[in-house]
Amino acid sequence: MRTLREIKKIYENKEANVKEVVESYLEKIKEWEPYINAFLHIPYEDIEKQIKELESKSPNLPLYGIPIAIKDNILTKNIKTTCASKILENFIPPYDATVVKRLKENGAIIIGKTNLDEFAMGSSCENSAFGPTKNPWDIERVPGGSSGGSAACVSAGEAPISLGSDTGGSIRLPASFTGVIGLKPTYGLVSRFGLVAFASSLDQIGPFGRTVEDIAITLQIIAGHDPMDSTSSPYEIPNYLEGLGKSVKNWRVGIPKELWYKGVSEEVLKTLENSFGVFKEMGVTIEEISLPSLEYALPVYYIISTSEASSNLARYDGVKYGYRDFTAEDLISMYKQTRGKGFGSEVKRRIILGTYALSAGYYDAYYLKATKVRRLIRIEFEEAFKKVDIIASPTSPVLPFKLGERISDPLQMYLTDIMTIPVNLAGIPAISMPAGFYNNLPVGIQFMSSFFTEDKLLQFAYAYQQFVDFSKKYPTLPNKERV
Amino acid sequence: MYKPVIGLEVHAQLSTKTKLFCSCSTEHENLPPNTNVCPICMGFPGVLPVVNKKAVEYAIKAGLALNCEISNYSKFDRKNYFYPDLPKGYQISQYDLPLCRNGYIDLYVDGEIKRVRIKRIHLEEDAGKLLHIGSGDRLSESDYSLVDFNRAGIPLIEIVTEPDINSPKEARLFLQELRLILRYLGISSGDMEKGSLRCDANISIQTEEGKFGTRTEIKNVNSFFSLEKALEYEIERQIEILKRGEEVIQETRHWDEKNQKTVSLRSKEEAEDYRYFPEPDLPPLMVTEEMKNKLKSEIPELPAKRRERYLALELSPVDVEILVSDKDLSDFFDKALRIYGNAKNLHSWLSVEILSYLNENKLEFKDLDIDSERFVKLIEMVDKNEITRPVAKEVLRRYLTKKEDPLVIIEREGLRVVSDTSYLQDIIKNVISNNSKAVEDWKKGKKQVINFLVGQVMKETRGRASLDVVKNLLEEELNKL
Ligand SMILES: [Zn+2]
Repeated sequence: MRTLREIKKIYENKEANVKEVVESYLEKIKEWEPYINAFLHIPYEDIEKQIKELESKSPNLPLYGIPIAIKDNILTKNIKTTCASKILENFIPPYDATVVKRLKENGAIIIGKTNLDEFAMGSSCENSAFGPTKNPWDIERVPGGSSGGSAACVSAGEAPISLGSDTGGSIRLPASFTGVIGLKPTYGLVSRFGLVAFASSLDQIGPFGRTVEDIAITLQIIAGHDPMDSTSSPYEIPNYLEGLGKSVKNWRVGIPKELWYKGVSEEVLKTLENSFGVFKEMGVTIEEISLPSLEYALPVYYIISTSEASSNLARYDGVKYGYRDFTAEDLISMYKQTRGKGFGSEVKRRIILGTYALSAGYYDAYYLKATKVRRLIRIEFEEAFKKVDIIASPTSPVLPFKLGERISDPLQMYLTDIMTIPVNLAGIPAISMPAGFYNNLPVGIQFMSSFFTEDKLLQFAYAYQQFVDFSKKYPTLPNKERV
Repeated sequence: MYKPVIGLEVHAQLSTKTKLFCSCSTEHENLPPNTNVCPICMGFPGVLPVVNKKAVEYAIKAGLALNCEISNYSKFDRKNYFYPDLPKGYQISQYDLPLCRNGYIDLYVDGEIKRVRIKRIHLEEDAGKLLHIGSGDRLSESDYSLVDFNRAGIPLIEIVTEPDINSPKEARLFLQELRLILRYLGISSGDMEKGSLRCDANISIQTEEGKFGTRTEIKNVNSFFSLEKALEYEIERQIEILKRGEEVIQETRHWDEKNQKTVSLRSKEEAEDYRYFPEPDLPPLMVTEEMKNKLKSEIPELPAKRRERYLALELSPVDVEILVSDKDLSDFFDKALRIYGNAKNLHSWLSVEILSYLNENKLEFKDLDIDSERFVKLIEMVDKNEITRPVAKEVLRRYLTKKEDPLVIIEREGLRVVSDTSYLQDIIKNVISNNSKAVEDWKKGKKQVINFLVGQVMKETRGRASLDVVKNLLEEELNKL
C-alpha cells in the first residue's frame, strides 16, 4: 500500500527486492479477492518470469519493479485476455498491446488482468461473464464501470497502479466510485494498438493511481506516438512531472451549469461543496459557463459508440479464434449460435442498436446527425477553453449504487455516465479526483482541460490534491461473514 | 432497337511488396496456407490498420494514367458483412470519397475512337480464400471449408466505369487496354487467370434512346474470353425476355464456365446492406499537389502515346499492336531504334526472328537476356552485306539459347560473306558436274531450275555467300555450257 515513490525508495534502500514487493501485493490480492473479484487472472508463472527478466535490467528504469494491473481488454502476450466475455474465454494473445510493451520495457511487472463489463460495455462492472466486481468501500455496491476491476484493485491496495480504458467514462466513473484517481487522456495521446476496440473514435487507455504524481509517471511512459496506431498523435509529449507543485494561482475554472445541479443527487452535491472552498484556497477564479449541446451528448454517444461497436465486434464470428458453437449445422447457424451464446445481453443490445443506426435509410438520421452534433460539442468545448483553463464537474451524478439496482433498467444505467460522456465525444482529457466521502462512500470530482494539455490538467489536479488528499485512506477488509 | 449498355467493375491487385494495412508480404501464390499472415491481416482483437503509402501512390498513378481527377481529400470506410474469408467482419474500402474520379480510356474499336468514362477508382483490401472440402465446390455444398488468409489484406484498386460500353467486344477491348495500362505503370500483374485482375459486368438492354433497361450484374468472369462470352450470352438472354414482352429481373448472376451460361445468384431483395461508415481507425487521406506532381513525373509513356509514335514511324496498325501489347518488347524496340534508324526493318527482325522464337519456346520477351546493341550490330552486318541473312538467323538463335556473343561466333567460325569469286566458282563447277539432270533441264529452257542450283551452292558455302553473287556466277557458268 504505497505510492510509486515509496516503492522506489524501498528498492533504493534495499529494504526489499522486487520479488518481495510483488509478493506483498499478491498477499493483498489473496486477502481481498474473495470479497471484491477485481481480477480475472493472476499469471503467477508469468510474473516469476517477468521478475527474472528484470534482473538483467537497470534499476533506474522509471517503473522498475512496480506491479501494475491491466484491464482485461488490453492484450498481454501469452497471458489470457478475455474482455470478460465468453466469446474470448480462452483467448491467449500473440502480442503485447503497445502500452503493455512500454510498461514492461520500463521495468513494470504485470501482476494481473482485471475485471470489466463485457467488452467495456457498462457502468457498473456487473456485465462481466465471470461475475461482477464489488466496491471495496461497500461490497454490496458496484465499483462503477467498465474498468471496475482496475479501479477496485487500486482502491483496495492490491496494486499501486493499473490501466483501464475509457470510452464514455469507464476510467473516471469507477475511479470516483472507489475513491482513487483515474485519468482519461486526450484521444490520440495513448496508443490503442492492442486495446480491444469497443468504439474506436472514443476509446482511450489511461491510468488509475492514488497520487497525481503516480498518474503522471505512468502517463509519461504510455503516452506518445505509436506507428502502429494511425490515430495516435505524432507530436512530442511534454514532461508531465515538471508542472507538479507549481502554482495554479489565478487559473480560471469553469463550472458548466449543464453538469451541476440538474440530475445530480443531493449527496453528491453536498460532498462536492467542500471543493469550492478548496478552489478559493488554491487561488483560482470560478466562472459559470454554458455548454448547451451537452443536452444531446447521451443520445449522440449511444449512436456513435454502438455503431462502431457493431462493426468492431463483427470479427468474433467463431472462425479464427475464441468461442465457437460446434453444434451448428451450417455457416449461418454457426454465426448465430456462436454470437448468440458467446456475447452477453448488454453487448448484444448494443450490437443491435448500432447495426440499426447504420442501416440503409437510417444512417443519415442517426449516425450522420450524431457526428454533426458531436462536432458541435467539440466546438463548444474549444470555445469554452478560450475562456477557462479547467472545467470542473461531478464525475458521477450519483453515489456508488447497489448491485442489481440499475442493471435491469439500461436507461438508468446509461444516465450514470452523463458527466463523463461529453469528454469522450470532444476528445479532451479529464481526470477524476477523490473529493470526499458521503457515509463512507467515495465521491469524485472531474477536471477537464483542452486537447493535449495533460501537463496543465495534472498540475491543477496535483494542486487540488495538496488540499484534498485521500491517497492514504484505504477501505477496511470486510468481515468474513459478509462474503 | 436492342442496344446493350454495359458497365464494368474491375478489381486489380496492386503489386506492392507488402499488404495494404500490415507489413506482411503480398506473396500468396503456391504458398502453404496462412504463412504470410499476422494478427493485423487476420483481424485479431486489438489490431489497427496502418496504410501502405506505396499502395496509395500506385492507386494515384492508376488515376493519373486513366485521366482521373485525384481527390485532395479522401477517406476510408468500412463495408460490413459476414463471410469466413473476411477476417474483421468488414472490409476497409472507400465509399463516398474515392481517391480518383471522372477519368476515361480511349479505345480503338474497328478503326474508330471509343471513349469509355471511368466513374471512380478506390483503394480497398482483398479478402482471404476459401477451400471447400467435400462434394461441391461451393460453401453450401461442401462438407467443410478451410480459410487461407495469405491473400487477405493485399491492396486492390476497384475501377468502376460509366455504362459507356455497348458490345461484348468493346468490354473485352476495354479490359485489355486497362490491363495494358496497369502493366505499363508496373502497378499490377493484371493476370486474370491467377485472379490478380477480376471483372464484374453490369448489363442492361436499351430499347429506346434515353431509356435504360433493368440491369443484371455478372460475376465470376475469369478471362477476357469468358467476359465476352458471358456478355454475349446475357445480351441474348435479356433480348429474348424483352421479345417475349416480359421484364428483366434486377439480380446478380454467376457465369457458369462449364455450361457457358449465366445463372441467378441472388435477387435485388436479397442484396446486402453493407452499412458503410467512415473507418475510425484511419485518418483521412490527403494528397498534396507536390505528391501528385511527383507521381505524374514517374508515369512512363503509356500505350496510347506509344501507338501514336509508332504509327508516325509508318508501321502498320497490326505491327504497332504487336509492339505496344508487350511493354518489354516495346521498350527494347525503342532502345534499338535509338541506334538503328530503320523502324520497319527493326520491327521485321523482332517480329519474325524474336517472336517466333518466343512462341516456339513458350517464353515472354522479358524472359530474354538480349542486348540491343549486339542485336542492332547483327542487323547492320546484314544490311552491309557483311553476313547473309541465314547466317544472321542462325547466330541469333545461338545467342538466344546459349547466350553466345553473335559477333564472336561470326569471327571465330569465319561466317562473314564469302566474296572470293574463284572459291565460289570452284563450288559452282562442282555443283554443275554433280547435278547433270538439273543442268539438262536448264538447257531445255526450264530456267527456274536455277533456284535449286543456287540452293546447292549456298549449302556448300554454309549460307555465307550472297545470293545475288551466286546467282550471277552460276548463270555465267551455265551460259558457258
Ligand atoms: Zn499481416
